Amino acid sequence: MDFLNPVINGFAVVLEPTNLLYCLIGVVIGMLIGVLPGLGPAATIAILLPLTYNVEPVTAIIMLAGIFYGAQYGGTITSVLLKLPGEASSVVTVFDGYQMARQGKAGTALGLASIGSFVGGTAAIIGLTFLAPIVASFALDFGPAEYSALALLGILLVATISSGSKTKALIAAALGLLLATVGRDIFTGESRFTFGSLELADGIDFVPIAMGVFGLGEILYNLEERHRAAKAPSKVTNVWPSRQDLKQASGSIGRGSVLGFFLGILPGGGATIASMASYAMEKKRAKQPERFGKGAPEGVAGPETANNAAATSSFIPLLTLGIPANATMALMFGALLIQGVTPGPQLVEENPELFWGVVNSMYIGNILLLIMSLPLVGLFVKILRVRAAILAPVTALITLLGAYTINNSMFDVTLVVVFGVIGYLMKKFGFEPGPLVLAFVLGSLLESSLRRSLLVFGGDPAGFFSRPISATLLIVFVLVAVLPGIRALLARRKASDSGAPAPEYIKEKENV
Amino acid sequence: MIRVTATPKVPAGDGSHAAVRSGGDAPGIPVDLPEDFTPEQLAAQWEEEKPPAAGALANTASSLVVLGVGIGALVLSLAMGLGIPAAPQPGLWPFMISCVMVLLGLFQLIVGRHNRDAEKFTRMSTAPLTGLVTLAAMVALMPVIGFELPALVLCVIWMRFLGGETWRSTLLVSAIVVAAFYGIFVLALNTSIPHLF
Repeated sequence: MDFLNPVINGFAVVLEPTNLLYCLIGVVIGMLIGVLPGLGPAATIAILLPLTYNVEPVTAIIMLAGIFYGAQYGGTITSVLLKLPGEASSVVTVFDGYQMARQGKAGTALGLASIGSFVGGTAAIIGLTFLAPIVASFALDFGPAEYSALALLGILLVATISSGSKTKALIAAALGLLLATVGRDIFTGESRFTFGSLELADGIDFVPIAMGVFGLGEILYNLEERHRAAKAPSKVTNVWPSRQDLKQASGSIGRGSVLGFFLGILPGGGATIASMASYAMEKKRAKQPERFGKGAPEGVAGPETANNAAATSSFIPLLTLGIPANATMALMFGALLIQGVTPGPQLVEENPELFWGVVNSMYIGNILLLIMSLPLVGLFVKILRVRAAILAPVTALITLLGAYTINNSMFDVTLVVVFGVIGYLMKKFGFEPGPLVLAFVLGSLLESSLRRSLLVFGGDPAGFFSRPISATLLIVFVLVAVLPGIRALLARRKASDSGAPAPEYIKEKENV
Repeated sequence: MIRVTATPKVPAGDGSHAAVRSGGDAPGIPVDLPEDFTPEQLAAQWEEEKPPAAGALANTASSLVVLGVGIGALVLSLAMGLGIPAAPQPGLWPFMISCVMVLLGLFQLIVGRHNRDAEKFTRMSTAPLTGLVTLAAMVALMPVIGFELPALVLCVIWMRFLGGETWRSTLLVSAIVVAAFYGIFVLALNTSIPHLF
């Protein structure tokens, strides 16, 4: 089968010692930051971006991907043992995982979660292997019009699906787009928003923005909320689930894999939403839903499987369309651009070693993580004792010194600090930093394809609706943009008809 | 991203937010929680532990900043020239974004005034401010005296004063951290980071 040749060549790429080493480094870092509450995978990847400058593109992405899915494994440990979710995607695991731990079944819960994560992750890689080339070949016909529509839809979905206020998320996205215009205009060569600064003439680099807004912003924000010194249990015994446990959880692992895979592909979807959806589904399907919240193994296995499957499948839109589905993927996108690789439909054809190398590295990474979370789990439980007070200055210094090494310039370091302040203030005032970074990454693509398509259409915006794919995407865009408003309006009318009390009115507003 | 804190925040004594503290637990001390909890109780507990929300002023302030940035960008992009859709000038795209931004800012100013998703600045907020000052000082001093001494001072301040470590562990760990960074960035990677020694 010709189709499988590049896939097999990809394994040769993964098995190079450097790549294996970086895969191991990635998953270990991912596992660590998953266990330690505080820094999330996005912040960690942002801080470590300078590390990727000196290695091959495939090696860099293998490591960054390892951090991302490794964090999904690690986040489970604190959820189960301490009732403190290490990552947002492990929040629902607390409900039943911690109850299992209190019944003396912490090991079983962790074991089920790791096995589920492994199955979900592996299933999603297989899905990715078959689905990605199809999507990519479909997208090869995409012209500038389709790309404009796709980028617009991607930004809008990420902003509207975010957890906080949607208006604020959209404002953050607009700011990101605006920041992307700083520097020389690619069409006319004129300087925009540079205020005469030579350093801004080439535009703002992606790395200082990501390191500042995600990395330093989060570090500063965490200084404010002291995390409780973790009281870790000294030992976790018997992580191997019994055959009966496995049998009970196998259904939820299967369903979680499928659900997570599909939710991960959607823009704005991803691990967090997948885990929540899976928990809801398991509870609905269960014969005795009242067991949930009291230590039901399905409540651990399902969400943990789904979040890993989603983390893996969210690579599909990035690697096949060049559209990152969430903030972490936006960082991967940026990391690839730094390396001179533009993710898009041509990636599978033009850069098969990179594509299949990254995809196949996930098998290895998942196996490494399974080993780390079953026999070696005790080691990571011990790491819970590292105090946030010691970790914070270390991460801050890594950020500053790392920023310097990008271009050996203090200007980048200053930029990181400035964007760190912006990131901190955004978090304080309820603006999500994710849409900003995503919009920044897509900004120049969006502008150039928009202008290019306007040239093609002779300046007539109606031209976007003359092409079936871009028309469909734009209609979806309008629906996504308008629907919440209409729903809120209907709900308000209903509320005023029935004379609902004032607090509900305010609540409705918060959802706008 | 959902942030979950375990330490109850000290509510800043303004009546606008009802932060009820769960039964008598002091910040920083592990609390044994009630034996049984449902997901709903847990969610409510997390909600309680969230930092106090800021009032309408915060929304007004942030909306005004957004409006200011939007209007500023609007004026600057008009100055760059818009052109026509068939032959756009450099200002057209920034103009479109800044229009959206101004609209969103106005919307947020009026419709979002009842939102409670901003966090109030409390006594705890001095920690990030101190952190920021040390970071800025480090950026200013690094080109002059190298990174080692500022880094050491930063570590000491963050660990002892912001983190509440003991002097002994602060000094020990800070020294090890700076030595490790020296080893990695100067000796091993041979980067050109300004260094004193």
